[in-house]
Amino acid sequence: MVEYAQEAVKKGSTAVGIRGKDIVVLGVEKKSVAKLQEERTVRKICTLDDHVCMAFAGLTADARIVINRARVECQSHRLTVEDPVTVEYITRHIATLKQRYTQSNGRRPFGISALIVGFDCDGTPRLYQTDPSGTYHAWKANAIGRSAKTVREFLEKNYTDEAIATDNESIKLAIKALLEVVQSGGKNIELAVIRRNQPLKLLESKEIETLVTEIEKEKEDEAEKKKQKKST
Amino acid sequence: MALASVLQSESVDFSNYGRQRHGFASGLYEAELGLESVGGDRLSFALSTSCSNEDGPDRKIEFLHGTTTLAFKFQHGVIVAVDSRATAGSYIASQTVKKVIEINPYLLGTMAGGAADCSFWERLLARQCRVYELRNKERISVAAASKLLANMVYQYKGMGLSMGTMVCGWDKTGPGLYYVDSEGNRVCGDLFAVGSGSMYAYGIVDSGLKQKDLTVEEACDLGRRAIYQATYRDAYSGGQVNLYHVHSEGWTRVSQSDVLMLHQQYQAEKA
Repeated sequence: MVEYAQEAVKKGSTAVGIRGKDIVVLGVEKKSVAKLQEERTVRKICTLDDHVCMAFAGLTADARIVINRARVECQSHRLTVEDPVTVEYITRHIATLKQRYTQSNGRRPFGISALIVGFDCDGTPRLYQTDPSGTYHAWKANAIGRSAKTVREFLEKNYTDEAIATDNESIKLAIKALLEVVQSGGKNIELAVIRRNQPLKLLESKEIETLVTEIEKEKEDEAEKKKQKKST
Repeated sequence: MALASVLQSESVDFSNYGRQRHGFASGLYEAELGLESVGGDRLSFALSTSCSNEDGPDRKIEFLHGTTTLAFKFQHGVIVAVDSRATAGSYIASQTVKKVIEINPYLLGTMAGGAADCSFWERLLARQCRVYELRNKERISVAAASKLLANMVYQYKGMGLSMGTMVCGWDKTGPGLYYVDSEGNRVCGDLFAVGSGSMYAYGIVDSGLKQKDLTVEEACDLGRRAIYQATYRDAYSGGQVNLYHVHSEGWTRVSQSDVLMLHQQYQAEKA
């Protein structure tokens, strides 16, 4: 049964997560909207608490339930322990929830994989990924959904200490990763960042466009340099 | 605390408590019931007696509200000082009761009220704290531990639990001190004294804490002195003074001093 859920995840739109030094970035592929449909009613990046947020790939309806439970748990934790959740704690909670549904009667597993990002109380940035079977791992950078493999390969090649040296660079890395698989460029990318001690910030499409043009320019410059090297 | 006005009607029943215990000298009731009205009808730190035991004249369960326990925060952690006398009416049941419960190497709980209630729930708390530590790979905070205890006993509110404890420890936010009781109170503070001798203890500690920066030695002496003075005046406190110091590495058992020895020592100092 878990395999079907994992298949559902593979059909979902791509999401990528990057853990920088002072910033964590989540990027998702925005599905093209029908003409009559209002934009922005489908949000794939959601806050779980002031300092934690997540993106998912897979069945949106299932995700809604998981997100709701996670939000409640974040507040319950604040009530009983008088401290905000750590990213690991809430990931563990979500993963345990998912696992429970793989082992009980009459229920089917949640058809989503989640990327959970945030900062712990001590200021460390974290990125975790969960899958329908209920396992979770910490990552420096990861991608889920359709074409996750391509994006992950890109990240494996390009995630270096330089690439995440500044906040801006980390954001650009996320965009670059998504551009590999997304069709028409900046318009189909939704990006969100959390900086230490600041709440989630969704980047506006203008900002994304600017960054995309910057990236394309950098690419051209790179290509130019290579050409010059070859000719000399 | 609007709830107190609702509870007032319940606490009136405590006057019936006297009638049940007619096995003991009746003259003492007034003295015992006097314990309840500390600090008005609101948060009474002197533990109010619970009328759960309809056992009739032969009350075998010892309640430790005839006691003095105190804890205060200072620059280098928390000092916890307790006496060791248990009384059943005018009968001194024991002079060597351990009123400090070692929850784990960095958390302490004091005991006032029902000895069984205190030790049982604090052992349960120790178990919860350990599970938390294993699951989350870090020590539990004093706030969380006291919250767990408070929530556990709150479920039994009104069913006759009698427990007034101070949860003391050191966590990543520094020294922590919480007062938790079976009524559902959970209060954070810098200084608490619980029991029939608490007023005498407060007097000593309040005057001693005027200077802000106490050394460990001075703070221990203050705690010891406060319990001694309480045992001097309060008939229901006595025995030995058990002193603990909670610091960043955990708690240490500083001393166990017989009150009579302390009396001679202080008398000699006066001369």
